[in-house]
Amino acid sequence: MTEDEIRSAYIEELVKVAPDLDPAGIAGSDHLQDDLELDSMDILNLVIALNARFGVAIAEADYPQIATPDLAAAFLKSRV
Amino acid sequence: MAVFKMPSLGADMEAGKLVEWLVKPGDPVKHGDIVAVVETQKGAIEIEIFEDGVVEKLLAELGQSLPVGAPLAVIRAAGQVVTEAPEAPPSETPRADVEATAPVAKTEPSTVPPSPAPTGIAASPAAKARAAELGIALQSLTGSGPDGAIVLADVDAAKPAAPPSAKPERGAYLAEMRKAIAAAMTRSKREIPHYYVTHTVDLSAATDWLNAANAARPPEERILMGALLMKAVALAAREEKAVNGHFGEEGFTPSKAIHLGLAIALRGGGLVAPAILDADRLSLHALMEAMRDLTTRARAGRLKSSEMSMATLTFSALGESGVEAMAGIIVPPQVAIVTAGAPGPQPLVRDGEVVAAQAVTLTLAADHRVSDGRLGSKFLIAIDAKLQIPEEL
Repeated sequence: MTEDEIRSAYIEELVKVAPDLDPAGIAGSDHLQDDLELDSMDILNLVIALNARFGVAIAEADYPQIATPDLAAAFLKSRV
Repeated sequence: MAVFKMPSLGADMEAGKLVEWLVKPGDPVKHGDIVAVVETQKGAIEIEIFEDGVVEKLLAELGQSLPVGAPLAVIRAAGQVVTEAPEAPPSETPRADVEATAPVAKTEPSTVPPSPAPTGIAASPAAKARAAELGIALQSLTGSGPDGAIVLADVDAAKPAAPPSAKPERGAYLAEMRKAIAAAMTRSKREIPHYYVTHTVDLSAATDWLNAANAARPPEERILMGALLMKAVALAAREEKAVNGHFGEEGFTPSKAIHLGLAIALRGGGLVAPAILDADRLSLHALMEAMRDLTTRARAGRLKSSEMSMATLTFSALGESGVEAMAGIIVPPQVAIVTAGAPGPQPLVRDGEVVAAQAVTLTLAADHRVSDGRLGSKFLIAIDAKLQIPEEL
């Protein structure tokens, strides 16, 4: 998977967790909490979804690495 | 024979618009069944019934705005014999063939044949799906299909002049919710003499315990600090009964059960605080599941009437990124709310030394008609004590 494909897949899972987000309006640099207003339960649900989709273990200490679509794409690419 | 009435939908909701019946005359119902859906300022709410029996007759019509207490349906208790003849159905054309003993009231106009669908309106499955998607009430449409059935084209024709995106609609929804919040909070501040106490809790033990426990768990089994805080609040409420209950016309009634309202912020602004029933008796895992379920349904706008009205105490947390403290406003008819700032390192004094430690600042807003600051202080100290022994939560 390319980084772009991973980023799209990440946004797909993100919108499943937060169905009131408009995928077209999410920028690569948008921060989950500061810009997209996700709470800790949403983030945990996203981690569960990403783990299931990519088979990548995301420890709590790694959460900052998936805090924006761009960061997450780079992080997941290095782990897939 | 009992009249099933519109239940309370929470402090800030006086009425709901009936958008769906999930039962029809003749259907058996039991305690906890969801029988209808109403649309409110805080999204769709599923109306539960709390008696067992058989639906005798539906009294409310789709599209009606119904205040709390409005009659919705007649329920015949299980085993009860039909003693009353059902009233003659309102019908556009006089009908001679109405059977006086028929238990099913034919409330549909004669041009629309009775349908087995839960909505009681004849419509193709595709039309129903599209109408639901667009938020169009089927009863507002005129069917052009066989026997007046609503077909897809009828729904599409009724589609509002397409807004370019869903945003204006969401904006209007959030504006309505803001009005509901404002009304409830104004009432609270006007009627409830609030007092506040604040306490900073050392979370070192809870954080270490949680990190160690979560490290070994797959993400779906991880516990959030928010669940520990909720459980500690619920357990402490067992000890200080004057914070848990409802204040009504006859004064304060403490509640034995601890139904903890969880404030959930909605994106773009807006807040709901549905209840987690018997929160003090749930394991941390069960509490996490309940929080996950409530959050998901709150976002989708699909909460239950009981959840909207049964909370006996509310908990509200800022989450992981935010300021250190927040003071809340009590949600009537409750008498207390516990709020938590963002957990983070704070300077604490231990054995005469200042140390940086993970901590959370809790604030209690409570009702002076029921308790005083001394009791509020004991309550926060009890929460603190629970959090120092996380393995017992």
